[in-house]
Amino acid sequence: MISILGWIFIVVGVIFDLLGCLGLVRFPDLYNRMQAATKGVTLGTCGLMFGVFLLKGFNVMGIKALICACFILLTMPVAAHALSRGSLHFGIKMWHKSIIDKYGQDKFGKNLIADNPDEEKQ
Amino acid sequence: MELLIILLSLGAFFCLYRALQGPSISDRVIAVDIMGIIFTCITALMALRYNIAYLMDLSITIAILSFIGTLALAKYLEGRSLDD
Repeated sequence: MISILGWIFIVVGVIFDLLGCLGLVRFPDLYNRMQAATKGVTLGTCGLMFGVFLLKGFNVMGIKALICACFILLTMPVAAHALSRGSLHFGIKMWHKSIIDKYGQDKFGKNLIADNPDEEKQ
Repeated sequence: MELLIILLSLGAFFCLYRALQGPSISDRVIAVDIMGIIFTCITALMALRYNIAYLMDLSITIAILSFIGTLALAKYLEGRSLDD
């Protein structure tokens, strides 16, 4: 029973990983891509590691899988947040159909939204 | 099991497309980061398939290296030094 549950966790994790990578290809600008990729891949990898833990139980491999799941769950959002903040300060514009940018108005006094599609590619 | 590893490799090829194509430097950085996490998953599945325990150590190491590289490049993009 617990083995079937572990396999279900692993298959769902792989599907989430694949959808996250597909979002990395298909979304229009950097911030959308980063959001899709980091959310999907974080949940998928944690599910996969938890599935490995359920399959192997409390031995060397299972405990290490649990440690890896906790580490990825803690560090992946931190890295994505630091990178998105760094690229905003670097000056990468948002998608040209975005509505409003509260952070740019607060920090720089203007919207950081591209005027035309060519301005996103710098 | 082999089918799952093939699907994860397909995801790694998607990340490789974004890392080669991506318009800005942050696209390339996040694509390489996601590729590292996908390699973590592939290594964990290989440890499960061949029943080798030290491949899980390798998985944790890849995750740590990917995190440190992304954080260093993010601070470089923001214009600060590493100890700031």
